[in-house]
Amino acid sequence: MAKVPVQFTLNGSEKAEFIDSGTTLLNALRDKIGDTSPKGGCHQGTCGACSVIVDGELRLSCLTLAETCNGASITTTSGLADGGVLHTLQRAFLDTFATQCGFCSPGMIIAAKVLLDHTPNPSREEVVEALSGNICRCTGYEPIIQAVLTAARSNSQNAA
Amino acid sequence: MALALQTFATVKDANAALKIEGTRYLGGGTLVVRAANEGDVSVFSLVRSIDPALSTIEVGDAKVRIGASVTMAAITRHPDLGALAKAARAVGGPAIRNMATVGGNLFAPAPYGDFAVALLALDASVDTGKGELPLETFLAGRDETRALVTSVSFTPPKTDSLRFLKVSRVKPKGVSVLSIAAVLEQAADGTIGSARIALGCLADRPMRAVAAEKALIGRSLTRDGIAAALAAASEGTSPITDPIASAWYRAEVLPVHLGRLLLS
Repeated sequence: MAKVPVQFTLNGSEKAEFIDSGTTLLNALRDKIGDTSPKGGCHQGTCGACSVIVDGELRLSCLTLAETCNGASITTTSGLADGGVLHTLQRAFLDTFATQCGFCSPGMIIAAKVLLDHTPNPSREEVVEALSGNICRCTGYEPIIQAVLTAARSNSQNAA
Repeated sequence: MALALQTFATVKDANAALKIEGTRYLGGGTLVVRAANEGDVSVFSLVRSIDPALSTIEVGDAKVRIGASVTMAAITRHPDLGALAKAARAVGGPAIRNMATVGGNLFAPAPYGDFAVALLALDASVDTGKGELPLETFLAGRDETRALVTSVSFTPPKTDSLRFLKVSRVKPKGVSVLSIAAVLEQAADGTIGSARIALGCLADRPMRAVAAEKALIGRSLTRDGIAAALAAASEGTSPITDPIASAWYRAEVLPVHLGRLLLS
């Protein structure tokens, strides 16, 4: 099958690849570009482990075809740390033990990032709603909710 | 098998490409890419159109028209579509709502398609480029539809006249046990002049509760007034059985939830 070109910005750097037409963004990121931070969980749009940000919007990379992201700006969890310094959300997930097996964490952190980008001081209900498309089978969610609220507090303290 | 995606600038060209067997339309991908990921080998070619008309929302006094590519998230954000926001928010989580389209929801098999339930209660019409069809007619023939849905339109509901409820076992968001939408017109004395009630998960696609609608006419929204409608609610239903709930359970709880919606 003929390959098709895709080109987009991933975590601030330009990427261009030839892929099979119909390749999902998840497979393009993981297998072609080598960013394995989005995880393939259910491939059904149910678990949220493959969540990425496309042009500021939260999306499921397992149900998005890479070709439809031509020219887009994509953010994944691997682009959040600044060198050796973790992103506030990553720090908060570690500090509040919000990650156990870790499989859901990249999707959770990306979903939480979209929330905090739009709502810097969310209520607990807003955090629960923002994470409602992401499944965690380890933590019981409570530490994850606490992590997002902690990150929000820490952001506002830093801004003050 | 790998999929091949073709992108067209116009609806007309996309429609021509859709005629080839094994070709499906790609909206937000939440149904068709999901099917492909699951191993549905009947899908091997995808078509989409980037015609901007498919993504527009027009709100007039007499008519609201929503392009088929408009997402659930766009509806929840739209200042003039507040009446539909609850139904749009009932679909999936935040990421799904950024992807799932109005057009796609018309094809979503139960237990999905909660938004189409609201559209059915609103007596919406579906435009496939060959004139408008009532949504009920469209839903009945949707498995044979080969033409691209371009928009849905409906008369804007009076403030708060669209009632919507989705029952899920998972909070805050989960797959439907059932969903119900109702548009009721009440006379000055509170009696019901007209009623449209639509049900989700009570058949393989959204359906109307015609017997319950009839039983509400001339009655008031009290426990006694709605009793006949609740007794008739299951008439004509054939609920689905899936991991969320059995057909028996869905039929049993339907009158309870319909009662709550009508008395809310």
